[in-house]
Amino acid sequence: MQRPDPDDYPPLGLVVPEPEVRPGGQPDFSHVAIARAGSVRRPEVDADPQAMRDLAFTIIRVLNREGQAVGPWAEALEITPDDLLEGLRHMMTLRIYDARMLNAQRQQKTSFYMQHLGEEAISCGFQRALAPGDMNFPTYRQAGLLIAAGYPISSMMNQVFSNAQDPMRGRQLPVCYSSKAHGFFTVSGNLATQYIQAVGWAMASAISGDRRISAAWIGDGSTAESDFHAALVFASTYKAPVILNIVNNQWAISTFQGIARGGSGTFAARGHGFGIPSLRVDGNDYLAVLAVAGWAAERARRNLGPTLIEYVTYRAGGHSTSDDPSAYRPAEESAAWPLGDPILRLKNHLIALGHWSDERHQQAEAQILAEITEMQKRAEAIGTLHHGQHPSPADMFEDVYAEMPPHLLKQRHEAGF
Amino acid sequence: MARMTMIEAIRDALDVAMGADPAVVVFGEDVGYFGGVFRCTAGLQAKYGKTRCFDTPINESGIVGAGIGMAAYGLKPVVEIQFADYMYPAYDQIVSEAARLRYRSAGEFTCPMVIRMPTGGGIFGGQTHSQSPEALFTHVTGLKTVVPSNPRDAKGLLMAAIEDPDPVIFMEPKRLYNGPFDGHHDRPVTAWKSHELGEVPEGHYTVPLGKAAVRRQGRAVTVLTYGTMVHVALAAAADCGVDAEVIDLRTLLPLDMETIVTSVNKTGRCLILHEATLTSGYGAELAALVQAECFWHLEAPIRRVAGWDTPYPHVHEWSYFPGPARVAEALRQLVEVA
Repeated sequence: MQRPDPDDYPPLGLVVPEPEVRPGGQPDFSHVAIARAGSVRRPEVDADPQAMRDLAFTIIRVLNREGQAVGPWAEALEITPDDLLEGLRHMMTLRIYDARMLNAQRQQKTSFYMQHLGEEAISCGFQRALAPGDMNFPTYRQAGLLIAAGYPISSMMNQVFSNAQDPMRGRQLPVCYSSKAHGFFTVSGNLATQYIQAVGWAMASAISGDRRISAAWIGDGSTAESDFHAALVFASTYKAPVILNIVNNQWAISTFQGIARGGSGTFAARGHGFGIPSLRVDGNDYLAVLAVAGWAAERARRNLGPTLIEYVTYRAGGHSTSDDPSAYRPAEESAAWPLGDPILRLKNHLIALGHWSDERHQQAEAQILAEITEMQKRAEAIGTLHHGQHPSPADMFEDVYAEMPPHLLKQRHEAGF
Repeated sequence: MARMTMIEAIRDALDVAMGADPAVVVFGEDVGYFGGVFRCTAGLQAKYGKTRCFDTPINESGIVGAGIGMAAYGLKPVVEIQFADYMYPAYDQIVSEAARLRYRSAGEFTCPMVIRMPTGGGIFGGQTHSQSPEALFTHVTGLKTVVPSNPRDAKGLLMAAIEDPDPVIFMEPKRLYNGPFDGHHDRPVTAWKSHELGEVPEGHYTVPLGKAAVRRQGRAVTVLTYGTMVHVALAAAADCGVDAEVIDLRTLLPLDMETIVTSVNKTGRCLILHEATLTSGYGAELAALVQAECFWHLEAPIRRVAGWDTPYPHVHEWSYFPGPARVAEALRQLVEVA
């Protein structure tokens, strides 16, 4: 056998993927293949995962351009107009809350904020597939889970302002909420760690012979983290009753999704190597989110194991208040996004059904804004980051351990508390 | 009382805990069917079923991350990292997650989990099966770190760790698994069956976290140490005839300062021993605490004997290991300071 001679080959070159458009360019999403609403099949929840691999390469959509809910995923939904009106209200509440908090950050009432603009349908819709006792392991961009679970907006505000009523006692960055009672695991701020924790929680439920399920959340960029892969292998091995959600909003701060996705085609396709049923869904379609989340939850509850869901959406705002998207993507890109606005789409659907109107929508908007503005006044009266009442600094030493060890007690005394 | 090796004592603690509390689950690499590469979990799967004691994929971050989720659910996971040297992929989960759940959620979510790992050298494990990374844990607030030196303590401390409401790092000196190794590697191996601390009470008992034990009373110098080095210190004191008081810290955090201060104030001299590398090691923390608390009683500078600041070498294991000769020399020098 002859040894290969490297000189017979041209020099090697590294491939670094680039988005198709950068600032100054013309946004073009023509390469994003979008299935017609209602055209994607809906397998039975107990179907062989190998027989549904196609669902990782399409986009499950329910609402068409005329505002009608069509196709097998729509038909499987048991939902009343009142349910949809409630969903619309959750999304509108989240958007208005975000706008108020973003503004509050600009007014230096808090250090930092992260909004959901364009992604409201995902967390608001998903929560409705869960039952009390189920547990989400969210990222920092799923506050809709809390709103749809009935968590008080005022508590969210107090957390953002780190004031005396902050349930997290001023210890966490804004938006890192926590509420066990509302099925919302404490947001880390580190990336991807929660993904495998959600699998562990689901395993614990199965070990205990319980009936509760969990949901893991991650963004497109963070799927590159090792913990994402740890979660998939554990979920796959033990058939954990967990829903593995990937919110693909196209951008990880300034890094386009192609850097994390590599050659796998879609993020949903990552599940195939683990034998996990993997679906891709229109994340701006509230009804499609409901339908797919319900399907995955049914699988988990029937002990059929995990489901991977990629929500295709677009982060219409910045990553956080600390970045300016116009520095890394065209300002027009958001408007060019082909899947539209989730609130507008559900609104049009309700209008098409005859249960809603532009006037009622405007009234609802004004009413929600008034409610949230009133809550904000009350929260600000308690305190904001640099003004008003805060938790006592003595509290800084609490909850490090269940019982304060002597060295920490000594330090608390040294600090003057 | 039964005579046990440290392996048997650890297994007994797990057995008692699993028998008493259905929330206790045990898992890790090779932990289930086979019973662990050091056999610490042997028989537990057969006794408690494979949903309470099971094998995991080779992913330490996954093992600890899943354990955190289980602890948040309400179980009490006791996970095994096959060697402390394999802990690094799990470090983010330990530091950023397990240690901080209680704090960041204001007590809403907690992490009552034990992370067991064999630690230290002396078995020709080379650089990837010999490390002593305890300082990487004691530096992290929210964790407790325990290092037993004998079977009786290993069982009692492990029971206490499992009952603790917070995450506990439980480091098992692997060279002590089968006998009280004193660093004289060229002498015949001794077994726990001839050692009084190889006598392990049956059933449930705890050795409280945060309490040190005085292994040898003495007047000339206080030796602060833990794990394998406890036995090395005792051998070195016997070899050189220095009347050392040997304190087995048992728990590195929280630390039993009372026992330390009482002893150093009595002897006026302090030697700190650990197998881990010297620089920024746990001994640095001990030295800082002793000088702050006992400065006016000290008659000599605090000394440290530790592993050299090199990776753990394979063939040079006994040149690297801080054995009784180095310890005895330090003891002699310490008592000679006027």
